[in-house]
Amino acid sequence: MPLSLQEVQRVAELARIGVSDAEAQTVLAQLNDIFELIARMQKVDTEGVEPMSHGQELKLRLREDIVTERDQRERFESVASNVEQGLYLVPKVIE
Amino acid sequence: MLNASLNELSAALAQKKISSAELTKLFLDRTARLNAALNAFITVETGKSLAQAHAADERIAKGDAKPLTGIPVAHKDIFVAKGWRTTCGSKMLSNFVSPYDAHVVERFNAAGAVILGKTNMDEFAMGSSSETSFYGPVKNPWNQERVPGGSSGGSTAAVAARMAPAATGTDTGGSIRQPASLSGVSGLKPTYGLVSRYGMIAFASSLDQGGPIAKSAEDLALLLNVMAGFDARDSTSVERAAEDYRRELDRPLAGLRVAVPREHFGGGLAADVGKAIEAALAQLEKLGAKRVSISLPNSGLSVPAYYVIAPAEASSNLSRFDGVRYGHRAKEYRDLADMYFRTRAEGFGAEVRRRILIGTYVLSHGYYDAYYLKAQKIRRLIADDFVAAFKQCDVIVGPTAPTVAFEIGAKAADPVQMYLNDIYTIPANLAGLPAMSIPCGFGKDDLPVGLHIVGNYFSEARMLNLAHQYQKATDWHQREPGGIQR
Repeated sequence: MPLSLQEVQRVAELARIGVSDAEAQTVLAQLNDIFELIARMQKVDTEGVEPMSHGQELKLRLREDIVTERDQRERFESVASNVEQGLYLVPKVIE
Repeated sequence: MLNASLNELSAALAQKKISSAELTKLFLDRTARLNAALNAFITVETGKSLAQAHAADERIAKGDAKPLTGIPVAHKDIFVAKGWRTTCGSKMLSNFVSPYDAHVVERFNAAGAVILGKTNMDEFAMGSSSETSFYGPVKNPWNQERVPGGSSGGSTAAVAARMAPAATGTDTGGSIRQPASLSGVSGLKPTYGLVSRYGMIAFASSLDQGGPIAKSAEDLALLLNVMAGFDARDSTSVERAAEDYRRELDRPLAGLRVAVPREHFGGGLAADVGKAIEAALAQLEKLGAKRVSISLPNSGLSVPAYYVIAPAEASSNLSRFDGVRYGHRAKEYRDLADMYFRTRAEGFGAEVRRRILIGTYVLSHGYYDAYYLKAQKIRRLIADDFVAAFKQCDVIVGPTAPTVAFEIGAKAADPVQMYLNDIYTIPANLAGLPAMSIPCGFGKDDLPVGLHIVGNYFSEARMLNLAHQYQKATDWHQREPGGIQR
């Protein structure tokens, strides 16, 4: 089932990636090629097959509920583009 | 020294024939000479490397050396290293200097190895040619008009051109093995969970696995001894007793059941590659291995399933790049939403944007069952094929890639053709199995061919045994690209 230009724009919106109309056209053609490849899966009968979400069947480990991280705020904020008084700055969200 | 094995380098350091500072300088000088042509490294910091080398020399003088102490190792620029710029091949992280070390980097540092630099790669490890890097394409040392493979193409080119004695890589769908094959070096993707993903910038977390790249299986074993190990900070790290991956290197191959999957010798395989693989199989039989034929009936579905699962996980993992906490932020924007849209449009290259869009689509409302769940069921079928196969054999061998290295630009405009490069390597990632590639001859235009070896879970020592015995009987792994100045 080929994608439409509107779907590409909607997905780009969901992914928070700005896409121009011209770019969306190019991407549309490439995505349809890729989905044609992906469509090969649909011919296979997978009735009753247990989905495999991971390469190892692991159980999540539990740990004691204690503080293990130390305060490294300054170090981690040193790589941010805009910080003030220990807080990350973004454009105003609420008027 | 440029062609020496890690054991030989270690012995030379122990016997004071060379210091770590001299050895590091030798490789740094060679990198300085060759990198303009090959573009294998994104970041080199001579001062930092030499400081580590001097510390290693002190350690050696005190008699406190371990096998890798003083040996320079290049790290794929996907592993964060404290104080080093770590870009993941992306504009998004062009200004990112890591405040911490990846577990893999910690382990190499603790072993006394020297960080030689950060190697070039496909952006966020998404690619099979190392062309999608924001820092320009890597050139194949065997022919600079060809790609080295990818995504760990900077690491494999560096080892092939003898700019580094060894390097690290990561493999999500073949990103260690396919470039190892196209660049004529040895590379190993361990069992999923063996090497910690902490500090390894995430692409598709259920598939990503770090591993070593070197000139020989013997060197890979030594490197894996350092890289593998439990790490509580990676929730999928496997808790197992430490192993010496060198322990089976010298075991004879007599009686080893080597299986050849019928599906891997079909239409897509180039004749020159097929010929080299057949010759390698004959050599293994000469060494006492027993050849059996198997079938992996669902392996043809691995590329479609992978291109649902990997982009889905990537779209989630890469949502962290929002211009707020680290990385690129757009200069101009109207509001918060516009800042995200512009930051991500500017910071990500075309292939990364494409994969995020695929992933977002297959996870979106109304498509989850048809794509994502379906792919996970196919993943189970592929993994079950291997479970059945390993009842009849000890290892599975075949070609790593369908062709030798292709020309730069040849597949850049056609994502599907690019994706099909990984047709033989992806099944091991989906199943979580260990797999490796070693040089086994040359094909068209005198370009290297790689032999793919897939083992059962945690059978790395046995796979390295097979690879080492093959390399003792052949000299493909010792060939080096001509035309590169010494």
